[in-house]
Amino acid sequence: MAVNDYIRERFFPHLWCAGCGHGIVLNGLIRAVEKLGMSRNEIVMVSGIGCSSRISGYMDFHTLHTIHGRALAFATGVKLSKPELNVIVPMGDGDALSIGGNHFIHAARRNIAITAIVMNNRIYGMTGGQYSPLTGPGMLATTAPYSNIDQSFDIVEMAKAAGATFVARTTTYHVHQMADIIRSAILHEGFSVVEVMSQCPTYFGRKNKQGGAVEMMKRMKEITTPIGSKKKVENPDLIERGIFVELDKPEYCSEYNQIIERAMGGY
Amino acid sequence: MTRRIKFIQGNEACVEGALYAGLEFFAGYPITPSTEIMEHLSKRLPAIGGKFIQMEDEIASMCAIIGASLTGQKVLTATSGPGFSLKQEALGYAVMAEIPCVIVNVQRGGPSTGVPTHVSQGDVMQARWGTHGDHSLVTLTASNHQDVFAMTVEAFNIAETFRTPVILLFDEVVGHMRERLEIPEPGEIPIVNRLRTAVHDGVDYHPYLPREDGRLPMSDFGGVHRYNVTGLVHDMWGFPSDNPKIIHGLLRHLVDKIENNASHIAMYKTFYLEDADTVLVSFGSAARSALHIVKSLRKRGEKIGLLELQTLWPFPADIVRRYCNKASYTVVVEMNMGQVCQMVKTAVDHRERVFLANRIDGVFITPTDIKNILRLIKGRGV
Repeated sequence: MAVNDYIRERFFPHLWCAGCGHGIVLNGLIRAVEKLGMSRNEIVMVSGIGCSSRISGYMDFHTLHTIHGRALAFATGVKLSKPELNVIVPMGDGDALSIGGNHFIHAARRNIAITAIVMNNRIYGMTGGQYSPLTGPGMLATTAPYSNIDQSFDIVEMAKAAGATFVARTTTYHVHQMADIIRSAILHEGFSVVEVMSQCPTYFGRKNKQGGAVEMMKRMKEITTPIGSKKKVENPDLIERGIFVELDKPEYCSEYNQIIERAMGGY
Repeated sequence: MTRRIKFIQGNEACVEGALYAGLEFFAGYPITPSTEIMEHLSKRLPAIGGKFIQMEDEIASMCAIIGASLTGQKVLTATSGPGFSLKQEALGYAVMAEIPCVIVNVQRGGPSTGVPTHVSQGDVMQARWGTHGDHSLVTLTASNHQDVFAMTVEAFNIAETFRTPVILLFDEVVGHMRERLEIPEPGEIPIVNRLRTAVHDGVDYHPYLPREDGRLPMSDFGGVHRYNVTGLVHDMWGFPSDNPKIIHGLLRHLVDKIENNASHIAMYKTFYLEDADTVLVSFGSAARSALHIVKSLRKRGEKIGLLELQTLWPFPADIVRRYCNKASYTVVVEMNMGQVCQMVKTAVDHRERVFLANRIDGVFITPTDIKNILRLIKGRGV
């Protein structure tokens, strides 16, 4: 199938700003799904609120655009009620880890086979540039006019600690790696988390004088390095990208099917 | 075949009703006094191939049932006051996206943590207006276990018919009290199943274009029709819109589909109302005491009757008016500060003839309480 077959052209143009990284994630997602050769009817995309969450409407899957922070809770209902469906949940950093933090850690703990893609642009874009739990200290935002004092979450470490069985990080600069990682994440039998470092030139870039989209993407190339590279030893500040965790552990829906068998036999 | 007779709690009667109606998916979070519903379902649902999940919080439970409903399943969650407050945003989502689902609120004393183990009927207005924005939805209640069963089945039927969330507003007394329940044979109470679209694969399906009768046939997630569901104002494809005509049309549709069918949705019971000059209006467990005092005063020759409301929202104003408008005294018996009483006053010509007989101290209102209040209202002293 052609790339265009995965999008709803009727609903374009999209609402993202020029230079926004979310369109690159959309591209990466489509290429991942295309390679997998899955039927569009088998895929449900569930999203919350924010710029990133609008990605669902543009894709020609079963799409559920929900309320702020709760996408993973809706997705859990979809997946558990019909485990044969592939459920993908694109989220922003604020959506996934601030208002939706509780659902994030519990979905990871259950190891339910949902693919969570956290599009981390370190800012609340839809509401105009407020600091998120990923903004980081020293940065500027419309609600941190003197500099942000909030420490950041590390999405990868948090997902690992909460029990996710597939954890990866990539960026919008490394679009081929992104497509490969998303493909592996969708195939993974368990809760998978993919952090995609994305750029918001309109708010984060402008507030923090990081230039336009091109400069911000170049920066993502400079500040990241593949997992286990020599560069990381030389410069510990570099952010690693790649697949951090890929574990085989009991998946929630499979486990529940065993409960059904037990209950039907013994009740 | 012998009929199944059980001696159980009201919460379990609700479980039996839900299973009879075809419940397939439950998500919940523990909270007094509704927890027994989830405990029983954790055992019963997998035994019939259904799914049960204890979610991380009340909000997640409401969200999960909406997700499951979209795959074509009949879904339920159960809670009490604090949890009901937390569910309100997602409940509004179910109104906006027109997702069939049933929410049980076994009421306890509030506000806030209140008195978790004591009875109250203080969530009547919250059931109607708890979520933000103009909207309409259906709220049913019951005073005994046979009716808890019947209203639970009815809640699922209404949810499917109108593609709406339906709230079952029970209370702690009905939820925890034990009494007899006779489970009807399959088919004895009609069941409404999901109306699915007849549109074929490859033909443009409009998930939000109502048929002539106002109903919107659905297509299950995973089926051949891929469409968008959103809490934003949306067009007939389910895609976001800020077109004033679409905003107006959608709001009118959401409200009219319920309010225009208020007379079909109105369920109630009447006791001794033919010649009643004093009409008690009550619902839920309070209606048990109201019926008791009506029967005992009838024995003494008083012209008193009871209108027991089973549908609280949309408020059955026509029914209330029919039975109360000519009465010298209309006395609303409820365990709150007059939430239904206010509505009754707006339904009749002489609001000065409408009185409140209530208790708000967490103690179940007794027939004697009502009798004493009646004497005060009629100027006879206690």
